[in-house]
Amino acid sequence: MSILITADTSFIVQGITGREAVNLTRENLDYGAKIIGGVTPGRAGRDIYGVPVYDCVRDIVAKHGQPDGSIVSVPPKFTRDAVFEALENGIKTIVIVTENIPRAQVAQMVELAELRGARIIGPNCLGIISPGEAKMGGVGGPAANTRQAYSKGPIGVMSRSGGMTTEIASTLTGAGLGQSTCVSIGGDAIIGTSYAELMPFFEADPETRAIAIYSEPGGRMEAELAEWVTKNASRLPIVAFMAGRFMDEMKGMRFGHAGTIVEGKEDTTAEKIERMEAAGISVAERIEEIPALIRTKLAEKSVEV
Amino acid sequence: MRFYEYESKALFARHGMPLGQSRVAGSPEEARAAAQAIGGPTVIKSQVLSGGRMKAGAVLFADTPDEAAKHYETVLPIVVNGETARSVLIEEKSPIAQEYFVSVTWDGRRKLPVVLFSDMGGIDIEEVAETHPEHLSRTHFSTILPLSERVAKEAIGAVGVTGSDLNRLVPIVYKLMQLFLDYDLTLAEINPLAKLEDGRFIVLDGHLDMEAEARGDHKAVLDDLGIGDDETRQARPPTEFELAGARVNAVDHRGVAGNVVEFDGNLGLIIGAGGGSLTLFDAVRKQGGKPANYCEIGGNPSMSKVKNLTKLILSKPGVDKIAVMMNVVSNTRVDIVARGVIKGCIEAGKDPAEVIAIFRIPGAWEDEGFKILAKHGVEYCDRSVSMYEAAGRACAKLEAN
Amino acid sequence: MPGMFIDVEVDAGVASNAELVKKLAEVCAVDIFAAKDDGTLQIVEENLDECVLCDLCIQAAPAGTVRVKKLYER
Repeated sequence: MSILITADTSFIVQGITGREAVNLTRENLDYGAKIIGGVTPGRAGRDIYGVPVYDCVRDIVAKHGQPDGSIVSVPPKFTRDAVFEALENGIKTIVIVTENIPRAQVAQMVELAELRGARIIGPNCLGIISPGEAKMGGVGGPAANTRQAYSKGPIGVMSRSGGMTTEIASTLTGAGLGQSTCVSIGGDAIIGTSYAELMPFFEADPETRAIAIYSEPGGRMEAELAEWVTKNASRLPIVAFMAGRFMDEMKGMRFGHAGTIVEGKEDTTAEKIERMEAAGISVAERIEEIPALIRTKLAEKSVEV
Repeated sequence: MRFYEYESKALFARHGMPLGQSRVAGSPEEARAAAQAIGGPTVIKSQVLSGGRMKAGAVLFADTPDEAAKHYETVLPIVVNGETARSVLIEEKSPIAQEYFVSVTWDGRRKLPVVLFSDMGGIDIEEVAETHPEHLSRTHFSTILPLSERVAKEAIGAVGVTGSDLNRLVPIVYKLMQLFLDYDLTLAEINPLAKLEDGRFIVLDGHLDMEAEARGDHKAVLDDLGIGDDETRQARPPTEFELAGARVNAVDHRGVAGNVVEFDGNLGLIIGAGGGSLTLFDAVRKQGGKPANYCEIGGNPSMSKVKNLTKLILSKPGVDKIAVMMNVVSNTRVDIVARGVIKGCIEAGKDPAEVIAIFRIPGAWEDEGFKILAKHGVEYCDRSVSMYEAAGRACAKLEAN
Repeated sequence: MPGMFIDVEVDAGVASNAELVKKLAEVCAVDIFAAKDDGTLQIVEENLDECVLCDLCIQAAPAGTVRVKKLYER
């Protein structure tokens, strides 16, 4: 099992003729994804690695039936419109790759998604991968690189950094711990789906037995996760890695992702670590400590992996 | 991107919000003239981006134009939180009956904008939240429904304000919500929002912050305010080195080799990507390394971008070695980065084998990359060496120097 | 300045064939090939090291007439 996507998930790519989109289309196909169509206005009739291109999402639905998901890889100015188009055409899982979208527009997309009962991952993310089944987005890169870093198994991964999603998966794989599903949730201040909002999915997935997360300064997402874990008495042990500790001393300076800035006390890594540890989440200081911490926590619960 | 008070007030005025008379002064003479024109008592306020200017003594009151000129000279040189004043604002001193607080900001958890309103303005709002939570309301509003005065009414009414005060406050709060969305702000705050003795309300002090991503969409407004692209308005102004880094990144559109932040150490860092850079910077500092810079490469930058970034970092006085490190890469190519840093070293007149302390970028095209590094005698490692260990090796090499 | 990592060799027959030169200039994403005013091939040396080894130039010309050499393998 896995969450959000399986080998049967069908999806489309909006902006499919763009440079990055062409790449990720090939990489996803090579990894076994079911891409039923792509959209670039004015380019109907072309094909990208055998995937037919249409002017509108509506035309794909009419011709090929309802897709489950969409990867949106269009310039920031057109992203909101593309996401609205996907939502109004019944698509329920949307991965937004695009970076630099003002947060008012992200908020609008998220609000409409909620009304339509859909889920947005991102923006500014590399997408979702259920190792050995399928991936949706640029996560892991070319299929060969993806197979090297990701392997099937019991660990769920969530990360505010796309690159660190692969670093963590690669470290887990190297230590003999495969992954159920890894989600690059995006590095912006407002994102479609936070750690806490993904937890119920992992909680309901019998294959997932522990969680690893990558987190960084800025925002309240770690506090939200800590609250969720406490309130719901989660069965899943969680190990977090906290990057950007140096930023605690550099208030108001922006490093890394758009959502990464220390403005108030709650944004600091010190405060986040304290909250997470109080909720029973172990916080690693180095990525390579994650596998052993997971094994220890699972052993305490007598769960075998 | 934060606005100065006088810029914020220009934007408040555009949206028809009530303000006292004020003028920016650039000399004591201008301060005197401003006070003369305003007539009556004035407030002399240092224009800085950081808070705490009242505490620093950079806000003074004057009864006469001569006093305003004198206060100008007192206030201007005062350094507030390490920041020197850009100019001084001379504003009409109004007789205040009560102070309110209102701000609009984003709630990242609810993913909605939220209006914070309090009838206890003028003081630190975090303190109000802790000591008098019933005097602070939080009202979220939709970004897809048409903007509505209802939200403003509920926000104000929630702390018990009613009668004509409520009706006079609603349009001000509503306009602040409008301003917040119109200009892609991340914070629109009025504190204090003053009720005058005659019953009118005016914006006494305000603070606006625009989202960096949206600057391009608001060029006309920024031009009107005289804010150029090179004004980053970060916690401190950019250094020459940082501006040079931005220029390297702007040369072509392929990938990122930028976000350079200057530090005063001796280890140059070519690191990436977003999260990887944070991780590696921590790892270097934890192991006693002294970074000369922070930076981010990612998104598959061109060879020449990496080369020019390498040359820039090597040109910084005191940089003895560079460490080239990233998380396992997916679309950035190991071989292209390897070519860029080696060529950068050679063009800077240095031996790559000598000056590159460690190269740790595993992932896409690593076999080609490792061949290039081996050929030039550069120490490199694959994913079996962790980011932390790689950073440690670089630190050890500098110590041995 | 020639490439430090990559060199490209093109047979004279291809380099003087305006149609093939045009094709090479089109397929190369990093602008290593350009056409001179007379339609013959100009290799843009400063772009050689930007080569991403996509092999599109090799496929665009008759087999064996365009060769991309990795100088770091010698």
